[in-house]
Amino acid sequence: MTAGDLFLQQAINGLSLGAMYSLLALGFTLVYGIMELINFAHFNVFMVGSMIAMLTLQAFGLSGQQTILTGLPLVGVLLVGFAVSMVGCGLIGVAIERFLLRPLRSVKGPAAMITTIGVSYILFNLVLLTLGTDSKNFPNPLPSISWEIGGAVLRMREVLIWVIALVLMGGLTYFVTYTKLGKAMRATAQDPEAARMMGVEVDQVVMSAFFLGSALAGASGMIFGLYYNLAKVDIGFAAGLRAFTAAVLGGIGNVPGAMLGGVLIGLIESGSGQLIGAAWSDVVIFGILVLVLVFRPAGLLGRLAPNKS
Amino acid sequence: MATATLLEFKGVNTFYGDLHVLKDVDYTIGEGEIISLLGGNACGKSTTMKTIMGVVRAATGTVTYQGQEINGLATSDRVRRGIAPVLEARRLFARMTVFENLEMGAYTQPRGAQFDDDIARVYELFPRVKERRNQQAGTLSGGEQQMVAIGRALMARPKLICMDEPSMGLSPLFVELVFDTIQTINKQGVSIFMVEQNANMALSIAHRGYVLQSGAVVLSGTAVELRSNDMIKQAYLGEMEAPAA
Repeated sequence: MTAGDLFLQQAINGLSLGAMYSLLALGFTLVYGIMELINFAHFNVFMVGSMIAMLTLQAFGLSGQQTILTGLPLVGVLLVGFAVSMVGCGLIGVAIERFLLRPLRSVKGPAAMITTIGVSYILFNLVLLTLGTDSKNFPNPLPSISWEIGGAVLRMREVLIWVIALVLMGGLTYFVTYTKLGKAMRATAQDPEAARMMGVEVDQVVMSAFFLGSALAGASGMIFGLYYNLAKVDIGFAAGLRAFTAAVLGGIGNVPGAMLGGVLIGLIESGSGQLIGAAWSDVVIFGILVLVLVFRPAGLLGRLAPNKS
Repeated sequence: MATATLLEFKGVNTFYGDLHVLKDVDYTIGEGEIISLLGGNACGKSTTMKTIMGVVRAATGTVTYQGQEINGLATSDRVRRGIAPVLEARRLFARMTVFENLEMGAYTQPRGAQFDDDIARVYELFPRVKERRNQQAGTLSGGEQQMVAIGRALMARPKLICMDEPSMGLSPLFVELVFDTIQTINKQGVSIFMVEQNANMALSIAHRGYVLQSGAVVLSGTAVELRSNDMIKQAYLGEMEAPAA
């Protein structure tokens, strides 16, 4: 492989990781934008999402990489897998908000944030006790089609991941830009009290943010399984931390920022893995985060303080 | 002037934690009236606004709107019934367009022909707002922002508009425009409840007024009465008697 091929290959890998991180980062950013709350439960909502996706695919009789589907059955299985993991995670997010965080809404201080850490542990342990700690073989029904571009290999699963991530991010962008509820979410993020006095119901907006963010974590969990062919109880921490970093890098609270940050973190991870060694990629990722926070504390696309005048 | 009562405060008390803000306050706003609320800083004017909007709740006493007690009514339902705010310092959604801000004003209203009529009405009242409709609200000048803020309130099809310092930070030209507009809107049948530092201007267009001091109403009357009151003259209208040598 020439240097150019290596570069291309790492770009392909990085974009796939980035697609996953972007979807996950959006959940942090949506909730933070509206409530200024860092939702640490999101880490393990993502993990639960990959478990739900695995169980759904297994319910279709798929196990491991033996069963390969093509055509309509493949499309159907993937659609159902994504739908179930997204709706499942969305409902978990809504339940967390409704029953655990809403009672704390008027409490000042870190109570809500600490609650999300607790919820994260509860989700982790629920999966630990029911499904165990072993690394599970995530069913992957995708045919092993790949294309050679120079010396680099582009697999069908990567193209699929990009397409799904683009569709979901496009859908979310459309939602927040053009729908009534999406506009209410943006207005609430900018000035919650003014939005309320326009007649916006804050509970509805907060619940929507949790549903959408958690649903995207569910999609991200399924993508993780399809990409790595595995599901494991402890995947939430590493992926969640990178996604959170992505949200901060892009400017937390900023939707395009989370998308951009996710892609950048994915590219940095794969690039530094190639150039310096995979063991160093965390050092590079968090080193870059520190630099961004020092020189651009609001993130790449963020603003320091909401401009209220 | 007052025909039927639109909004009434009776013995209203509000608290922020231990802080007693409004103390046994009574206000009456009649249909078609412009009411001006005068008072110094931190005397409870903004709390009055928030109590009308339901963001702050009356601890005791009653708030009645169109003959119905609304103490427990959610803010969104109050907007739906025709109470709309023009907030202090405009508080537009700075990173949304002017048009989107107007849409937010109509949040409780159905979309359709009525919405188009309302938008047309706002554009007619403020041609400048129409010119700026696709611009981010945060990029507008203070005066233009105030027009959008008033337009946004009108989009809710209000029967009562609560205005918090509508002239604050505006050039004299815009202050005059804003007060002219308030009168125009009032003549179309909308009642106005206005907190205003510029007592001179406020009393020149108001029908009646209240003076709030440390959370209690100390004086009320018609605008003419208030303007000739010595205390008002000294404290708010800037007419000082020459000190005895």
